[in-house]
Amino acid sequence: MVGLQTPEPYDPILHAPLLPPVGHRSASILERVLRKGWFAVTAELNPPDSADPRDVLRAAEPLKDVADAVNATDASGANCHMSSMGICSILSRAGLGIVLQISCRDRNRIAIQGDVLGAAAMGVGNVLCRTGGGVGVGDQPGTKPVFDLDSVSLLRTLRTMRDDGTFLSGRKLSTPPRIFLGAAENPCIPPVEWRADRLEKKVRAGADFIQTNYIFDVPVFAEFMKRVRDMGLDERVFILAGVGPLASAKTARWMRRNVPGVHIPEAIIDHLEKAANPAEEGKKLCIDMIQQVREIAGVKGVHVMAYRREHLVYEIIKESGILQERLEVKARGA
Amino acid sequence: MYAVRRFAVRHARFFESLYQVFERLVVALAPVFEAVGYQRLERPVALSERLIKGFLFDCRMCGQCVLSSTGMSCPMNCPKNLRNGPCGGVREGGFCEVRPEMRCVWVEAWDGARRMRDGLDRIRAVQPPVDRALEGSSAWLRVAREKAAERRPTQPTTADLGRSVLARVFARARTLDVATAPIAREPEAARRNQPEAGHTSVHAPSGTARD
Repeated sequence: MVGLQTPEPYDPILHAPLLPPVGHRSASILERVLRKGWFAVTAELNPPDSADPRDVLRAAEPLKDVADAVNATDASGANCHMSSMGICSILSRAGLGIVLQISCRDRNRIAIQGDVLGAAAMGVGNVLCRTGGGVGVGDQPGTKPVFDLDSVSLLRTLRTMRDDGTFLSGRKLSTPPRIFLGAAENPCIPPVEWRADRLEKKVRAGADFIQTNYIFDVPVFAEFMKRVRDMGLDERVFILAGVGPLASAKTARWMRRNVPGVHIPEAIIDHLEKAANPAEEGKKLCIDMIQQVREIAGVKGVHVMAYRREHLVYEIIKESGILQERLEVKARGA
Repeated sequence: MYAVRRFAVRHARFFESLYQVFERLVVALAPVFEAVGYQRLERPVALSERLIKGFLFDCRMCGQCVLSSTGMSCPMNCPKNLRNGPCGGVREGGFCEVRPEMRCVWVEAWDGARRMRDGLDRIRAVQPPVDRALEGSSAWLRVAREKAAERRPTQPTTADLGRSVLARVFARARTLDVATAPIAREPEAARRNQPEAGHTSVHAPSGTARD
């Protein structure tokens, strides 16, 4: 077809990558909220066991008005669900802020670096680097675990892609991914005395923000945060405390036994046991928890998780009043 | 052996000093190794390394030894092969998420590091991902080779681009444990399932097919 003129199918403005504001790493709304000093809210979206995009949109619906970014989990608990990349593709078109979760359990460095380019091209602004749980707790325990990278080397790899504009092989990227890099931390489980040091390592590796695992033990978390402040880490990374409602004492016990890395103090389980309406009490406890963690210096936001109960996340965030406060700050002209 | 491995962690300070002496010896012998040929030495040295470190640390022969930076607790015994610290699934009492009967390799590592002279400084270094092509090869010979190459007036230009980038990106880890991000040329016997990767120049144009 020599001489046939094909028109440029891409609009140079509409299809260009989103550019970060000056001084920002990404175009992410979450990053803007955090840098502005507002108390940030992220929420977990549980991917469906379905190939229907409407299931994703339905789950995201209650979160879109209350969360600065929605976490697209990556086969959490080693259970297979719709991929986090699939979720990102659907939600980015719907205009939501997204945190792409990447677990080192299922993909090697070749797959991960490629996925990050794809996600950034879709407009995903935040990436959460996780090691991932062992395959044994999932629904397919015979799976071959990958663990080619770990969360820390993954952070450094993605930072290299973003800041140096190369793959880990040194090969150049023509457009680096403008991403806000996240990592997880689990302050309440052993080795508790070294958790802050591990956080420091993640910050040095490239973490811009942290989402913690479930916090149910405020005194232990407060102690961790004290150490974090002593090390000056609260100035170098935005920390979002992970919270979530417990449905009943039975669920709490089940989680403690079966979900790796969940620490729930006996007092909380007792409290739920005695409650007339445990589900309502669980929700109240979660709202309390949000109030308590936000009083701790260095906590810059919350990450709310509730397995397949996104509407409950909506109610918790609404009733906690944290977004209302943000509106009031805005009204005062801050 | 599990009991010996835990003994090594409890005596991490002793093994730290022992290794420092041993490393000086290995590096001093570099000219001898070179004369004999790394190629020829690779298999017997790797075998003795496997036996000695296997007995003491349950070494898995990743070929990029970091024991001095992990409190003498071998990170390859972690079921997730984590090189940078414990995961978020450690059980009450410091036991492994995946193998509940085993102490978490990284809880042990911090314990060992605490006992060492430089342990707590070194454990903070961000470690690069393992180069899986080096599995089974001798880390001792690699240390000798790297240190000898460092002493030469000109840096080796035969190292491939990927390894130079890793060495730069994880510079601190390389300074502490030179074998974790090696750049000196590998003898063929040290690389597994792979043609020798020493032919691409550092200055290779980007986008060159390298597969």
